[in-house]
Amino acid sequence: MKLTHIIAGTLGAALLSTTAMAQERGRDGNVNVIYWQAASILNPYLSGGTKDIDASSMVIEPLARYDENGNMVAVLATEIPTPDNGGVSEDLTSITWKLKEGVTWADGSALTAEDVVFTANYCMDPDGGCQQLSKFGGVESVEALDDLTVKITFDGPKPFPYGPFVGSTTPVIQAAQFANCTGEAAPTCTEQNFGPIGTGPFTVTEFRANDTISLAANENYREAGKPAFATLTFKGGGDAASAARSVLETGEFDYAWNLQIAPEILADMEAKGIGTVLSGFGPLVERIMINLTDPSADLGETRSTVANPHPFMSDMAVRQALSMAIDRPLLVEVGYGKAGKVTCNVLPSPAIYDSPNNAGCEVQDIAGANALLDEAGWELGSDGVRAKDGVRLSILYQTSTNAVRQDFQALIKQWWTEIGIETELKNIDAAVFFGGDQSSPDTFQKLFADLEMYANTFDGTDPEAYMGNWACSEIPSPDNAWLGGNMPRFCDPAYDALIVEMGGTADINERARLAIEMNDMLMQSYTIIPLVHRGNVSARANTLEGVKLNVWDSQLWNVADWSRAN
Amino acid sequence: MLNYTLRRLMFTIPTLLLISFIIFIILDMAPNDPTGNLPLTIPPEVREKIRASLGLDSPMYIRYLLWCQQFFINEPLNLFNQWFGWCVGDCEGRLRVTSWATRSPVVDLIAERMPQTLWVVGMSYVVGILIAVPIGVISAYKQYSWFDQIGTLISMIGFSVPTFFTGVLLIVIFSVWMPNDSVFWLPSIYDTTLKVVDWSSFVQQMRQMAMPVMVLALFNAAQISRYMRASMLDNLSQDYVRTARAKGLKEKSVLLVHVLRNSMIPVVTVIALGIPQVFGGAIITEQIFKVNGLGQLLIIGIQGADIPLVQTLTFLFAVLIVLFNLVADILYGFLDPRIRYE
Repeated sequence: MKLTHIIAGTLGAALLSTTAMAQERGRDGNVNVIYWQAASILNPYLSGGTKDIDASSMVIEPLARYDENGNMVAVLATEIPTPDNGGVSEDLTSITWKLKEGVTWADGSALTAEDVVFTANYCMDPDGGCQQLSKFGGVESVEALDDLTVKITFDGPKPFPYGPFVGSTTPVIQAAQFANCTGEAAPTCTEQNFGPIGTGPFTVTEFRANDTISLAANENYREAGKPAFATLTFKGGGDAASAARSVLETGEFDYAWNLQIAPEILADMEAKGIGTVLSGFGPLVERIMINLTDPSADLGETRSTVANPHPFMSDMAVRQALSMAIDRPLLVEVGYGKAGKVTCNVLPSPAIYDSPNNAGCEVQDIAGANALLDEAGWELGSDGVRAKDGVRLSILYQTSTNAVRQDFQALIKQWWTEIGIETELKNIDAAVFFGGDQSSPDTFQKLFADLEMYANTFDGTDPEAYMGNWACSEIPSPDNAWLGGNMPRFCDPAYDALIVEMGGTADINERARLAIEMNDMLMQSYTIIPLVHRGNVSARANTLEGVKLNVWDSQLWNVADWSRAN
Repeated sequence: MLNYTLRRLMFTIPTLLLISFIIFIILDMAPNDPTGNLPLTIPPEVREKIRASLGLDSPMYIRYLLWCQQFFINEPLNLFNQWFGWCVGDCEGRLRVTSWATRSPVVDLIAERMPQTLWVVGMSYVVGILIAVPIGVISAYKQYSWFDQIGTLISMIGFSVPTFFTGVLLIVIFSVWMPNDSVFWLPSIYDTTLKVVDWSSFVQQMRQMAMPVMVLALFNAAQISRYMRASMLDNLSQDYVRTARAKGLKEKSVLLVHVLRNSMIPVVTVIALGIPQVFGGAIITEQIFKVNGLGQLLIIGIQGADIPLVQTLTFLFAVLIVLFNLVADILYGFLDPRIRYE
């Protein structure tokens, strides 16, 4: 009896191990992924587009990336270097990465520290037009200490040294393949840019620019039994609605990216029951930026510069009333559904940076806004518009052309009319609005309007650079060719001091305190009016397992773990 | 005739040069920026460097001359090299017209897109003509009959209902409502990587072409059948038709030999003038079915401010339009002996 048990047990164990053995690479056939923006190139250093970065993340990998919760995980490195484990020097000026042993490129050659050094120099080459150059900001040198050790030295203390080689925007490329592609030659290497040799789970078999990429499992991938799929088709083109339909209704595709369509349509499609809508929230916030300077065209050269304060936006009561009159839950419902949340902060995520001090903006308060304006001396005129000392509260409200944004404009205009503020609406094509064309008066940096609405976010999980946008030095003006991220033209020495302090602080909790304090300064002065915390929406087929929607990194970050449900 | 053709061909050269310059100026004046669609997290200094690396910092006329050199000299030399293997000048380092978004030669991109556009849009044109000509002939011969009324109705629908409506309607019927295992189920997404090697892949190709071809064919047929009908009606009331009938010719030969042949003259011109549109792709239909042909390439180029791509594509369309205008004029002379170009 006992013996049979033992035998049965052993047999069971043997069976289990054979099933584990059966988990071989490529067992699940083909998987179809649709990105309605087609990938143009597979080299993230020559493209800032999310679609290109995500597509390339299946082929080339960084030293570390962010998981679905925003935590760093080592990919090609053995562990994340920190001051505690000695990977980051005590003076915070250098970081030393150790590469995993035995990692090979898809062509079988070994990954070495020299590849990492080459990649850094490739991007930092001044003639290369590298689009991820900001990730290498402050890098003084990158050197290989031995075959598996890379040391990155910064020109000063870097409390958050995880810019280069963390996240899919800065993967390691193969030195041997790109050797003749540095500097001015970078864009001419079509073959390399369309088919980089990588360490990732897939390799490119055919690249059709702006259309389809065919990929196959990388035979030299370092993890046994992964990826589960033998081939992957990455189709591009069309629009978000038809991408959603191909996963949720027709079942032709297994994963669809970025489905920003009307919430009720998406819910209808999901009701068919063959796919699931996923949403995740990064730091993307739809916000109104108030212009604290005078945008009047009469001012000529000094239009929208700090030389002339705004005639009425410089009054905090007006800004506060504008914010109080907005019904944020309704905006979320109308524009984003599952893909949006109300936020009262411009920095709502990751959770440790989310300030608890500004709650209350969820509730619309028209009466309160009216009372506030009355108190501040803005009297309602016979035309229904408030005025004080001959200055009428009449504003120009601009944003980019986008159906949801125009809905928002119409709703907000209505609420502002109720508090005696006249609003003129304007929308500008996104390529012009966000394009830095110096000759166009309609760029979001010039802000020749009283306020503007758009969404912004930051890469990775560290908000230091993002919060640094509102330093005095970041104010766009003719002197700096209208460059800089400080659209409201906000300038407060106390805020600048906090930025400097954050630049010298490595402790994560202390950094969170500083970021929250900066966020509160912007919120409580009503310089920026946050509207909606926007999420990413994607869809997967119910037969596709292992998908974890990641808003901190490429959505295809764990494609090696995807498999087909039985 | 030959003289006339040669003279017209000579004249196209300055015309096309002028067109290319106008396209360039318009694109240059457009308030668009190739870095405009990049994430806002890319700082402005980096954007400046990207623009400089694209050559945007040099003056307009230099960029135009550079494009001319790349397009009119380097690209033909490169084609020559690829086709015949002969190398003229510096074959490796020759600068070709390069897309800003993909950093690859524009002409290669276009060549890659050509097959699916010709298959889908070209096939829809052929199908459209095959439907339109009989409908036009019968509608005119039996004017105001029920056939004519239905034909008119269908043409009106084809004319006035936009392809983005009929396309999505077909998808909803044949891809969403139809069960996946049914023989009538059709894919809503065109697979550009499909290679026709055997019977089953041929069937698959036919299935994926069915919906986009039908949508476009309806639109083309509507247009051409109206021309056909009008032209037939014009001819049916002519004296020569009465003469032919009086001579005792069979009705079939009156209609199909005498009337049809004469009626085809304006229709052939319309068909010839429509051919450049086939190459232009069908922007909306390609987008709906994700055919990713030339139309989609153009629209992506416009959205991304990929000026070399848009410039080259638009210019090629201009070349086709000018050439097919010439073809139409010459065809006219062949079909109608009364017309002579001297």
